[in-house]
Amino acid sequence: MVKLTEWRGKEIFRKYGVSLPRGQVVRSPEEAERAVQAGGVPLPCVIKAQVLAGGRGKGGAVRFASTGAEAREAARAILGLDFQGEKVRELLVEEKLAITRELYVSMTLDRSQRQPVLMASGSGGVEIENVPDEQITRIPVHPFEGLSGFHKRRVIRAWGLSGPVARSADALLDRVWEVFQKEDAELVEINPLAVVGDAVVALDAKVIIEDDATFRHPQYAEVLDDRTPLEEIAREKEIAFVQLDGDIGVIANGAGITMATLDVLQQFGGRPGVFLDLGGTDDPAKVTEAFLLMARAHPKSVFLNIFGGVTRCDTVAKGLVAAMTQVPEGERFPLVARIRGNNEAEGIEILKAAGITARRELKESAQAAVAAAGYTVRDGAVP
Amino acid sequence: MSVLVDSDTKVVVQGITGHQGTVHARQMLAFGTKVVAGVTPGKAGSVVEGVPVFDSVADSVAKTGANATTIFVPAPFAKDALLEAVDAGIRLCVIVTEHIPFHDMLTMYHYARLRGARIIGPNCPGIASPGKAKVGIIPNVVFRPGRVGVVSRSGTLTYEIVNAIKEHGLGQSTCLGLGGDPVVGTSFVDALPLFEQDPETDLVVMVGEIGGTAEEDAAEYIRHHVRKPVVAYVAGRSAPPGKRMGHAGAIIARGKGTAQSKLSALEAAGATVVTFPYEIPDAVAQLLRDRGTR
Repeated sequence: MVKLTEWRGKEIFRKYGVSLPRGQVVRSPEEAERAVQAGGVPLPCVIKAQVLAGGRGKGGAVRFASTGAEAREAARAILGLDFQGEKVRELLVEEKLAITRELYVSMTLDRSQRQPVLMASGSGGVEIENVPDEQITRIPVHPFEGLSGFHKRRVIRAWGLSGPVARSADALLDRVWEVFQKEDAELVEINPLAVVGDAVVALDAKVIIEDDATFRHPQYAEVLDDRTPLEEIAREKEIAFVQLDGDIGVIANGAGITMATLDVLQQFGGRPGVFLDLGGTDDPAKVTEAFLLMARAHPKSVFLNIFGGVTRCDTVAKGLVAAMTQVPEGERFPLVARIRGNNEAEGIEILKAAGITARRELKESAQAAVAAAGYTVRDGAVP
Repeated sequence: MSVLVDSDTKVVVQGITGHQGTVHARQMLAFGTKVVAGVTPGKAGSVVEGVPVFDSVADSVAKTGANATTIFVPAPFAKDALLEAVDAGIRLCVIVTEHIPFHDMLTMYHYARLRGARIIGPNCPGIASPGKAKVGIIPNVVFRPGRVGVVSRSGTLTYEIVNAIKEHGLGQSTCLGLGGDPVVGTSFVDALPLFEQDPETDLVVMVGEIGGTAEEDAAEYIRHHVRKPVVAYVAGRSAPPGKRMGHAGAIIARGKGTAQSKLSALEAAGATVVTFPYEIPDAVAQLLRDRGTR
C-alpha cells in the first residue's frame, strides 16, 4: 500500500489532465513566501501540510494567506508540526479559488463484488464516512469495459450539474477511471472536487497505489509511506514485518497463523509488539536476518510459533539456535518456541539443549511467552 | 464425489521447472494425484519428476487430457498463465503465486467466469481431498480421509487446523484454501454450496480472517442455505485498525472487517464460533456426536 501525499497525487492528476489549482511544493517559510511572488502562485492562497493523515483542516495543518509575509508565517507555523505522528516536512501552497460547490468522488475496489466501484456524493469536503448512505451514489464498474456514458450521466445527475460544468465533470470522471486503472491504484479520491465557474477542479488528491504492482511502476517504490524504519529495512530484505504497540515479539510462518498467535497472546494478558512472518521460508540466512531484525525492536520476550508442514521442524530448530548466537549480547531476548509438524520431537530436543523453552501446545507456550515478558498470565476466558 | 477434485482430476503444473513447481509436483504425485503434465514455455521435451513438460497449456491438454492446473509462475506473468489455461479449456485453476496485483486478478476473475472456469486463489494453498487428489501445496502429512470439510482464507493456519482434526481422530473430506488476497477467485460464498451439496461432507470448518466482508457474506449465505453444521474461527481479533496484517486483504479499514463483526454475524447465522484455533477439533467432535454421524 503506497499512500501518496496530496502533491504526489496531484502530480499524477496533472499527467492525466485533471484540472488543479495552481500550486507549488515548498519546504521552508522563505520558499513559501517566494512561491507567491509575482508570476507564481496567485494570492490569496492556502497552505497545506503534506501528511497522509486526514482531518488536516480541523487539525491546524491548513492555513490561509493574503500576502507573502502571511504565507511565510503560515508556513512557519505548520512546518515541523507533529500531525498524528507524522512530522510536517513539506507544504503545498495553492491559489484559493472562488468555489461555488464542493463534491465528492472516488474509485476503489469492491472486494465482495470483485469490481471497481465509483462513489460520488454532492456533499464534498467532509469525510465520506459521515455522509449518509442515501446521499452516496455507488456504481460498480466492470473492469473490461470501464466507465460508460450512462455511468457518468448518473453521477452528474446525482451531483445536480448541467451545461458546461457537466461536460467538465464528464471528462473528470474519465480521468479518475484512467488513473485508477493505469496507475494500479487501490484508491483514487478527490474530496473536495470543487465547482469553480464552468469547471470542476480537484482541490485535494488521495491516491493509494497497490504495492504488488510497483513492478510496473518503479517510481512508486521510492515513495516512503507510513512504514516505521525497521519495517522499511524488513521490506528491503523481503521479510513481512509489522510493528504494533506492545512488547512481545512474534515470529510465525504464515499470515493466518501469525494473527492467531497475536490473538492468543493478547487473550492471556500479553501485548504483542513486532510481528514477523517467515512465510514459507526455512532458509537459515533469512531466519537469522529475521532474528537480528527482531532484536533491534527490543522485545521483552519473543514467541516463535511454527507449523512445519513441508518444512522440517529439526531444520528450523537448527537454524534458530544458530541465529540466536548471532544476536548481539545486549539485544538478547527470552525465546519461547512452539513447534509442531514434521520431526517436531527432534526439533524440540535441539531447542531445549540450547536452553530455549520449547513446547508443542499453543496455549501453554503462549502463556510461557506472556510470563517471560513479565506480564501476569491472565485466564484465557473470553470476556 | 468430493468437492471440485476427485480421482479423475488430471493436473498440469504451470511453472514446473521452477523450484516451487518442481517441489510441489513431487508432493502432489506423492499424494496420489494424477499430475499429467508440466508447462514452461521453451522447455518442451524435458521431464520433471517423471512428468512431461510442454511449451503451452494447449499442447499439454491435447496430449494428456489435463483438466486442472496449478500456477506457480511469478506474479508479473501469472495473468498470462491463467488466461492461457482458461483458453486451453482448463476449468479448475489453482493459483499459488502471491503478490499478483488485484487489477490483474480482476481481469483474470472475470475472464475465467465468462469461460466457465473456476479460479482458486491467488496466494492460496489450493485444494485437497485425501485419497483422491491434491491441486496445490497443502502438506500431505496433515490429511486423513474423513467427513469434515475445511474451507479457509489462511495458509499455514489451515495446515495446523487440518492436522489438529486428524490428531483428534477425525478426517477430512475436502480441504479448500481460498487465499487471503483482496480479490479471490473463489470466496466462502462460492465454496459453501459445494460443501453443502457434497455427500461426503458432514460438517464444515470455516477459517476466516479480518478484513473485507467475506465472512459476513458467508454468514448471510449460511443463514439461508446451509443445513450442515458449521464451525467458524476468525483470526485477527487483536489487530489494530489500519495495519495490514501480512495478507494483503487482512486490514481493518474504516472500522469495517473486524473480527467481532464477523464472529457476531456467523454466530447469529447459527455457526458454532470458537475463540482459539485449538478449540476447533473438540467443537467438531461435539457437533458430529450430536448428529450421530461420527
